[in-house]
Amino acid sequence: MDLLNYAFMQRALLAAVLVGITAPAVGIYLVQRRQALMGDGIGHVAMTGVGLGFLLSWSPVWMATLVSVLGAVLMELIRWYGKARGDIALAMLFYGGMAGGVMFINLAPTGSNANLTSYLFGSLSTVSESDVTAICLLAAFVVLVTVGLRRQLFAVSQDEEFARVTGLPVRFLNLLTAVTAAVTVTVAMRVVGLLLVSALMVVPVAAAQALSRSFAATFAIAVAIGVSVTIGGTVTSYYQDVPPGATIVLLTIAAFIALTVLATPLARRRARALAAAQPVPDPAECAVPAGRKPTGEAGV
Amino acid sequence: MTTNTEPAISTPRTEPVISLRGVHAELGSRPVLRGIDLTVRRGEVVALLGANGSGKSTTVRSVIGQVPAGTGEIELFGTPQRRFRDWARVGYVPQRTTAAGGVPATLTEVVASGRLSRTRFGMFRKADREAVRRALDLVGMADRAKDSVDALSGGQHQRVLIARALAAEPELLILDEPMAGVDLASQEVLARILRQQVDRGTTVLLVLHELGPLEPLIDRAVVLRDGCVMHDGPPPKAVGQHALPGHDHVHPHAPAGAEPIRTGLLS
Repeated sequence: MDLLNYAFMQRALLAAVLVGITAPAVGIYLVQRRQALMGDGIGHVAMTGVGLGFLLSWSPVWMATLVSVLGAVLMELIRWYGKARGDIALAMLFYGGMAGGVMFINLAPTGSNANLTSYLFGSLSTVSESDVTAICLLAAFVVLVTVGLRRQLFAVSQDEEFARVTGLPVRFLNLLTAVTAAVTVTVAMRVVGLLLVSALMVVPVAAAQALSRSFAATFAIAVAIGVSVTIGGTVTSYYQDVPPGATIVLLTIAAFIALTVLATPLARRRARALAAAQPVPDPAECAVPAGRKPTGEAGV
Repeated sequence: MTTNTEPAISTPRTEPVISLRGVHAELGSRPVLRGIDLTVRRGEVVALLGANGSGKSTTVRSVIGQVPAGTGEIELFGTPQRRFRDWARVGYVPQRTTAAGGVPATLTEVVASGRLSRTRFGMFRKADREAVRRALDLVGMADRAKDSVDALSGGQHQRVLIARALAAEPELLILDEPMAGVDLASQEVLARILRQQVDRGTTVLLVLHELGPLEPLIDRAVVLRDGCVMHDGPPPKAVGQHALPGHDHVHPHAPAGAEPIRTGLLS
């Protein structure tokens, strides 16, 4: 493993592993609440942060964190108050964020579209010492939230109304999810890039579902897939000179296809075993008395 | 002791668990509740009946604070609902939604979230795990604890939602249309589960389309129409076709202005 002799590769691999853990860990809650594309939206908003970082000569990673956290909070607020017009407001936020990024980076004395490209699609080999520090701190926060509050976040993402009746601070937990997703986007930005972040949040979770029946197993398998593809993609890009971000995402999709194809016969066998284990339905269920219409859905 | 004093034994029975006085609520700008008065006392089983759009669901949702408060007073266990924090005393079974979460989850995982009203942000201890297991046992689903909820039938899913509400060992159960889309055999199971709870002294408020197999359990029926209470008293006797054992009273969504849905009392 001669690649471990290079400091830049050590940094790249560390960053890749942290992304492989954090992106699916947050993504599972987004998938559960059917907001799979939220990560994509935050990625767009984070571009303004990168642009501002160059313009003000601040760290683009920390600036992107700040702006995407603000953007994520704004998205949550739009979700609460926006109702029907909410998706239009979100669209404006996403594209405004993207346009702002391009504008700011071109106004910056040191910035150019080439700099932006490294944030859009990732640039593992240029991960600096200070980037690694930032990524480690942010990843620790993400793991603390997504593992430590898993029961609370699960309840809120599964059935928001029920969670409110248990007395959980649902708005706070929703905001926390959004902020954690925003932080994850900036963790992943240097590795897979802002435009591909969402894939690592969503696809490992989708792939894990082929093998699991429980939330806990889905979580564990998704993180395992995430770490495997980020390491695999980083190593491949070192030997083959291909872009790491794209390699990682394509590997993830390949994992999804492979697991789904492999698991389909398994799931079918499991369903058959389950059907065989079920008792014969009560005869009362089949004997339809006169006057009862065999309608499927009841009025709600 | 004067003759006017009520015997001490009836005091817990008369303590109001839910109390609504002159409650108005609007959804959008449409008035849905137009002055609801409703009291549910400890140990009572009260059914809310009425046609689609009569305000049944909005009434229970206003009790648990899920409808923007209009005018009127709502109290839970004698505390104004806005200041009520003791949610572990309330078990809520929402109207069953067909859409499950986007990630698989086992029965245990779903039922465990009902325990959060007691644990909040604290540790999930052995006693909590046992309470979850007990709740699954109460609804007869303990053998399926590790299965995915996606693999369940409508009636089984409903039993899991009831187990989730029971996990916190509540004193009050609020159920929104627990029988909707549930086959007759499962309805009998649900009725048996509720009877067990009632026998333990649990207070129950439930929204129903018709009384069905729950009829012998119900102490009082409150019939709503257009956001007003039309009847508050003994449950209406089912007549005609509604009295048939197999009748499960299935209605399509009626367009506005269509013939009102008969509840047995008003037809």
